[in-house]
Amino acid sequence: MADKKMKSNGVQGGIDPQASAHNASADAIVASGATTSAGSSNNVEEDYAGAEYVVRVRDVKRTFSVGGQPVHALRGVDLDIKRGEYISIMGPSGSGKSTLFNMVGGLDKPTDGTVFIDEVDIAQLDAFELAWMRCRKIGYIFQTFNLIPVMSALENITLPMIFAGADLEEQMDKGRKLLEAVGIAHRMHNKPSQLSGGQQQRVAIARSLANDPAIILADEPTGNLDQATGKEIIELLKRLNKESGVTVITATHDDKMLNVSDRIVWIADGRVEQIKLRSEVDINVGSMHGV
Amino acid sequence: MATMSSGPTRPERQISLPLTQAFKIALRNITIRLGRAMITASGTLLGIAFLMSVFTGNEIQVARNAVIEVAQQNKNTWLVVMSLLVTLVGITNAMLMSVTERYKEIGTMKCLGALDNFIVKLFLIESALLGFFGSLIGALLGALIMLLSATSVWGDINWLKILMYFGICIVIGTSLSVLAAVAPALRAAKMQAIDAMRTEV
Repeated sequence: MADKKMKSNGVQGGIDPQASAHNASADAIVASGATTSAGSSNNVEEDYAGAEYVVRVRDVKRTFSVGGQPVHALRGVDLDIKRGEYISIMGPSGSGKSTLFNMVGGLDKPTDGTVFIDEVDIAQLDAFELAWMRCRKIGYIFQTFNLIPVMSALENITLPMIFAGADLEEQMDKGRKLLEAVGIAHRMHNKPSQLSGGQQQRVAIARSLANDPAIILADEPTGNLDQATGKEIIELLKRLNKESGVTVITATHDDKMLNVSDRIVWIADGRVEQIKLRSEVDINVGSMHGV
Repeated sequence: MATMSSGPTRPERQISLPLTQAFKIALRNITIRLGRAMITASGTLLGIAFLMSVFTGNEIQVARNAVIEVAQQNKNTWLVVMSLLVTLVGITNAMLMSVTERYKEIGTMKCLGALDNFIVKLFLIESALLGFFGSLIGALLGALIMLLSATSVWGDINWLKILMYFGICIVIGTSLSVLAAVAPALRAAKMQAIDAMRTEV
């Protein structure tokens, strides 16, 4: 279903002269290892200034060995993600989408090429530094929520703060504030099993923000939720993205996610197929649905 | 490209799981899976009950001024060692199951910044608690059963020695339980943060 949708977008992009130009430049990016999305191609030099990018992926290849046979999950990907951006990574299963997503989140290391997260080359980090980065720099949100079942909502949120060495008062204070921010303060002493899926995901979002990360990494955050709840969660993510300026990176099949994303990256066959700004996609989706 | 060659900036090294928090989490892990925890602990309980009954039996023999046969004692030692080994293997098996069951939880903790040693710590503490309570009850049971069958010699029994054996049993039971959990804990610690993303059960 999502696969089909992606293809139809691709076809439309091909028809639209403006979008096809972007497609061409996206291909050029892959080929040359030059910078980022179509939209910012006129100020390439400025974009390299550094701290503006929270994630930089440079010619990343990732090869898995499955039963002695090499499988090329990523075949050379370049991607730059700006600080404060809301990015969706889309692609059919087997496209390398998950591999790229894990790479960007510091969960996997490239076979070849480099991934910089907040100016740090993740391949250089030892286990301790990786853990530190996951604790402080990246907040994870999962399709299956992944709250710790033995802990209350509040305790789930304070756990990363405990790891980060915050004192008790700070933990409680911040934990409450975060629960309020995601609109679930009244359930703070409930265990995950006593919460609905949407409520659990809200707790998970609050937890991801516990140590003021630079990036929130959301893996199919609406995959296990119904349409209406999924919409609420997407709106919450967008609001937090706007308010706190945290970079949100999602891997998704959910079309609702496109409307809030600043840019959408399509992955196919281990490469970046195309990168589009929301405005371009809006036009396409709009013309498709006749809105 | 010049800015990229400035080298990686190393993050400051501070990340921790205080012991009190680790205890709290481990205790929760036990209470929420009480049924399974009790089965695991019952292994220690039975092994230690047997050990304590042998110790107490010896003391009762001494109180009765009976001659303790060397052959009988050797047999007892052999049985005790075997039963404790069975206990050890049983706990290891139960803990391994519990580790595979919790892969997602462990992966999630790693995503939240847990180090390998946090995970090891949690599992060892959990096993130590189980071992402690198991051997406490086991030692009580073992001593009681033997003592109740020999009420007539209570006046002659060296109670201080019984108490000492009681202590020894708890120490042995707890350390056995911790020892049995080492391999499962190391296996748990080896799980990757990426395991949190796995959706299949």
